[in-house]
Amino acid sequence: MNRWGWMAEFESAEQLLAAARAARSAGYAAQAYAPFAIDGLPEALGIQRSRIPAFTFAGAAVGGAAAYAMQWASAVLLRPINVGGRPLHSWPMFIPVSFEMMILGGALAAVLAFFVSAGLPRLRHPVFAAEDFELASRHRFFLVLHRDDPHYEDRAAARWLDERRPLRRVEVPA
Amino acid sequence: MSTAATEDARLLHGPWGYASIGDKISAIVLERPLGWRWLLAFVLTGLGVLGLLAAMGWLFAQGVGIWGVNVPVGWGFAIANCVWWIGIGHAGTFISAVLLLLRQHWRTSINRFAEAMTLFAATMAGLFPLLHLGRPWFVYWLLPYPDTMGLWPQWRSPLVWDFFAIATYLAVSFLFWYVGLIPDLATLRDRARGAKRVAFGLFALGWRGEARQWARHEQAYLLLAGLATPLVVSVHSVVSLDFAIGNTPGFHSTIFPPYFVCGALYSGFAMVLTLAIPLRRVFSLESLITKTHLDNAAKVLLATGALLAYGYAAEAFCAFYSGDAFEIGMQQQRWHGPYASVYWTMLTCNVLVPQLLWWRRVRRHAGWLFGLSLVINLGMWLERVMIVLSSLSRDYVPSAWRDFIPTAWDWIFLLGSLATFAWLFLLFVRLLPLISIAEMRELVAHRTEAAP
Repeated sequence: MNRWGWMAEFESAEQLLAAARAARSAGYAAQAYAPFAIDGLPEALGIQRSRIPAFTFAGAAVGGAAAYAMQWASAVLLRPINVGGRPLHSWPMFIPVSFEMMILGGALAAVLAFFVSAGLPRLRHPVFAAEDFELASRHRFFLVLHRDDPHYEDRAAARWLDERRPLRRVEVPA
Repeated sequence: MSTAATEDARLLHGPWGYASIGDKISAIVLERPLGWRWLLAFVLTGLGVLGLLAAMGWLFAQGVGIWGVNVPVGWGFAIANCVWWIGIGHAGTFISAVLLLLRQHWRTSINRFAEAMTLFAATMAGLFPLLHLGRPWFVYWLLPYPDTMGLWPQWRSPLVWDFFAIATYLAVSFLFWYVGLIPDLATLRDRARGAKRVAFGLFALGWRGEARQWARHEQAYLLLAGLATPLVVSVHSVVSLDFAIGNTPGFHSTIFPPYFVCGALYSGFAMVLTLAIPLRRVFSLESLITKTHLDNAAKVLLATGALLAYGYAAEAFCAFYSGDAFEIGMQQQRWHGPYASVYWTMLTCNVLVPQLLWWRRVRRHAGWLFGLSLVINLGMWLERVMIVLSSLSRDYVPSAWRDFIPTAWDWIFLLGSLATFAWLFLLFVRLLPLISIAEMRELVAHRTEAAP
């Protein structure tokens, strides 16, 4: 069988939300596609909260701490310069660079965690081969049942999607 | 209907749907032919870019002596331009990050091009300190790297902080802008054909609009906004510390960080209007960038302008309150010294004329606002020049007092940076969607929910 799954096309965000909720209660691990972020859709599909905030925090902490450590090491250990007896470890003056590097570390970690958790970049994916899928970035809403889901069974999935009364149902080739 | 929904209705005029709004915005990139006006502007600003490049070549060959800089006025136009440009950039971050966190929906149709403005303005800002270095090929000495000389940057110097601040600002602004662009690049990929489709497809990284991707995108975008918010305040504070840490009359004052951040937002919002008003007219975007948007931006101008006026007053007050002869003398020099015309023109442009914004009719009139935004841009540039020149030329050693007189090269570099900024912006409006399609669709969705 050379089919990755079935894709149902809906006209509105509300219909997609209803279908996504129904799919979850029917035990499917469905995927939903929409042209914008729909309130409540991740909850309807049971998508867990990601750990992007934790990674961002870690990135910021590492960035800030590393920058502070670098300034301390270079000013105190590697090249101490005695300027009229002023302290080598002049910590207030190390704050601006540490702060900027903290922000940079956090931002880099946030973007990296976003790419990893959103599965980007990934230029090839079965859904791109489905007919009319380019409307997912325009004004249509799609629900996909696919064979990577252990609960998926080809004919039953097709029948179940038809019961949701989509505009149409197309196959997603593998 | 909730108040938020009524607010959204004012921000979006006309019967827009998910498809039509996306088509409208992407057509500017994909379908609209290059008109003669765009081509003319592109060629003229392109000549300006070439002029700037040639001037840079001459500068590197001859040294900074081709400018009017001297001892004690070593900073001249280059640093004033740098501060002016970086300040302009800040409004873009403020609109995209701070207003996002404050749930101001009116940011939606102006945040994308304001972020582009930020990137290009910050690029111009980053250029001037490099040009000003004298020996720009040693710019990497600002970086901490384990060199054979065993030397490190001077961590106690605001100039080093500045380098880190502006570099971080450029990087984070770019990330924020790019992450926001990814869904729109996918929209363009799905509508374009041929080589454009491949190009947009590669930059869209294979975005599919899957629910999980949207959820992660929203989260990462909010986090980036949360990081950009303190960043934007810190960057201009650090820029102001370049001045405030130095023991120079007029510079050495604790008011500088907030005073600079305010001025940055003021000039930045003025530049947003300078760009938005022609854009909405040329590309017929009046129903997306509405008069409500102009009105709101004008109110921000009014507020930041008032804070800035307080800054000017506090500066003068503190000079006299300090009792220091040089502080007082410097302030008097500003009033009737060699740069008095700069000072008074600045006050006229930044404080007097913008009082017109108290009238609602002015705030909602595109022509008036455009004129006012140009006046404020000029006023803010004069402010940066005034701060640099008046203090440096009247230092603590009267025998060293000397005026700065700009040469033709000073003006060429200023105009060259303006042309380069405009050139980059012209490229941007034809290569990328200048309004966020995905976020506009959310506005459409909210309105559909609100209307029964």
